[in-house]
Amino acid sequence: MPWAEALLASKSNELPCSQEGRVLSYVDALNEAMALALGLDPNVIVLGQGVNDPKGMFGVTTDLHKKFGVERVFDTPLSEEGLFGVCTGAAMNGIRPVYLHNRPDFLLLAFNQIVSHSSKFHYMDNGETNVPLVAWAAIGRGWGSGAQHSQAIQGLLLGVPGLKIIMPSTPYDAKGLMLTAIADNNPVLIFEHRWCMRNKGVVPEGIYKVPIGEGVYRRKGTDLTIVGTSHSIELATQAVDQLNDTGITADVIDLRTIKPLDEKIILESVQKTGKILIVDTGWEMGGVCAEIGCLVAEKAFSYLKAPVRRIGLPDVPSPAGFTLEQFYYPNEENFSQVIKEMVEKT
Amino acid sequence: MAIKNKYKGNGFQSHENQNSSLSKEILVGLYRDMLRIRRIEEAIESRYHEDEMKSPIHLVMGHEAISVGSCSTLKIDDLIYCGHRTHGHYLAKGGSLKGMLSELYCRANGCSGSRGGSMHLLDKSVGMAGSSAIVAGAIPIATGAALSFQLKQQDRVSVAYLGDAATEEGACWEAVNFAALKKLPVIFFCENNFFSVCSPLEVRQPPNVEIYRKAEGFGLPAVQIDGTNILDVYDSTQEAVARARKGDGPTFIEALTYRWRGHGGAGDDSASGYRDPEEVQHWEQYCPVDGFYDYLIKMNLYSKAEKDLAEKEIKEEIEEAFDFAISSPNPQEIDLYTHVYSQ
Repeated sequence: MPWAEALLASKSNELPCSQEGRVLSYVDALNEAMALALGLDPNVIVLGQGVNDPKGMFGVTTDLHKKFGVERVFDTPLSEEGLFGVCTGAAMNGIRPVYLHNRPDFLLLAFNQIVSHSSKFHYMDNGETNVPLVAWAAIGRGWGSGAQHSQAIQGLLLGVPGLKIIMPSTPYDAKGLMLTAIADNNPVLIFEHRWCMRNKGVVPEGIYKVPIGEGVYRRKGTDLTIVGTSHSIELATQAVDQLNDTGITADVIDLRTIKPLDEKIILESVQKTGKILIVDTGWEMGGVCAEIGCLVAEKAFSYLKAPVRRIGLPDVPSPAGFTLEQFYYPNEENFSQVIKEMVEKT
Repeated sequence: MAIKNKYKGNGFQSHENQNSSLSKEILVGLYRDMLRIRRIEEAIESRYHEDEMKSPIHLVMGHEAISVGSCSTLKIDDLIYCGHRTHGHYLAKGGSLKGMLSELYCRANGCSGSRGGSMHLLDKSVGMAGSSAIVAGAIPIATGAALSFQLKQQDRVSVAYLGDAATEEGACWEAVNFAALKKLPVIFFCENNFFSVCSPLEVRQPPNVEIYRKAEGFGLPAVQIDGTNILDVYDSTQEAVARARKGDGPTFIEALTYRWRGHGGAGDDSASGYRDPEEVQHWEQYCPVDGFYDYLIKMNLYSKAEKDLAEKEIKEEIEEAFDFAISSPNPQEIDLYTHVYSQ
């Protein structure tokens, strides 16, 4: 069994969803979002290495080229920097590219275009040119992904002006945010997580948008605030649910977007609970947790009843082997333990 | 280590018996546009020490035939993209001198609103669509513009100007490969002036493998031309533009030329030792501007009196533009925060 399928089969998972309606897999939700965008707007194109192959980028792009033609949905040379620049130039001239990479690690090859070009031209030419491009990549975890196929690099890009960064966790948000990102006039990076991509959930048919830069409460509670995105907030939600019997309740906020950051929802909750746990799929050092921790220290210090806590990755490369991975990645139990400490000991 | 006339140019030796099918009006226009760029650069250079143009500058003396000859074959809605040496291309594509000088003086009404400076002159209204100070950064972007023309079935071409050192970047060949693959309407115009900052070509690329030959390996037509000869530049670019418009894909042009001044700032810096001052003097004999003047005189297409008039008009235009830029308003603090994101 190929590793990706094996990984996906390793745990069944379906996040509770408050809405009723059609249930769709995460991957199908993304596929549907791109199909809708391609159908609606002739300027939308979908490209990347392997988007036309039988696996269709984990199924996200399956058959799109058959429906919309290989002029608009096409496989590319590897050339990550070159093709990111091509997407930038096309976007500057009215095309809306969706450029897919199966891992964020490959985007590191395109940093020159992401950091110094795509995100700069609108500013450098005084607002005359828009760069409506979407770059998509799926963070890997487990099954030997190792140091070069599982890096969650969002923290490296958080400080780059002009970028937007989306990290969904549910099929509903994945579709809605993809549609919103394609419709946005700025370069938008979408970091999926391979483990969220096994989720199923209620996904409305047709076009709808999820606003970029707005978080959402997954749970409401009083003992502490937990904020984060993607697979991390999913684990946190599960941990909080497991603690139901203990009487502990928490505000669990899925930020969905880390740039722009929804400061309002974070501060509103911290002012209520006085405690915050920040979670992220990336490294703790200099990352998303650190930034949000600083935000809270600067703007809500007087409300804090306990030290800010974070759960991310240690300052260590991702190991490849199964046993080392168990020590590396925080699990539901680690989350529960930190939550209990924060509630009971402070 | 001085390099004794390492990089010799043929200059106008190849030009003397040339016949052009271009009209007198066009030929004289080409000359006047080159002369204008030369005089503008000289004016910038002469005032740079005042320290009021708080922007790095990369003067184009020696490259005028490339800017004017190639841009003259383009329409206004064709797009050009270039590196850090922007002045010649911007002016040749029809950019506003006042907008450019205001940008160099960091004024609010500069062509990039004081967010670009000399290295990022941008003006969509004339097709100066992108310039990048990261070497080779704009080449894939120009290629992407060509992809948009192809997808939208527009009769437009894009030009990526690049230096010899840009061909040492992977992104250059990534773009060339993709353009050849998709038959995109883009022209890769390499201005080979033999130096990257102070590093000569011989320490950066192996000998006997000329740049246009490398491009040829990607399966697109490639030529090497005399970049000081505006007629050669015009003809080869026109041919490449026609090829692109017909849907026959990209062309790579390598034009040999020479940078008369240092990499950045005012004046020639060859006395510092990285190149032989005699080499600079050698190339100055093949001045693209004066050489073409001699040609026009010889062909009875122009006169000393007409040149004098052109000089007078250009001088007046430059003085007015400097006055305009210097008296223009500075940006306000609030301008810093606008256009980070498009709404």
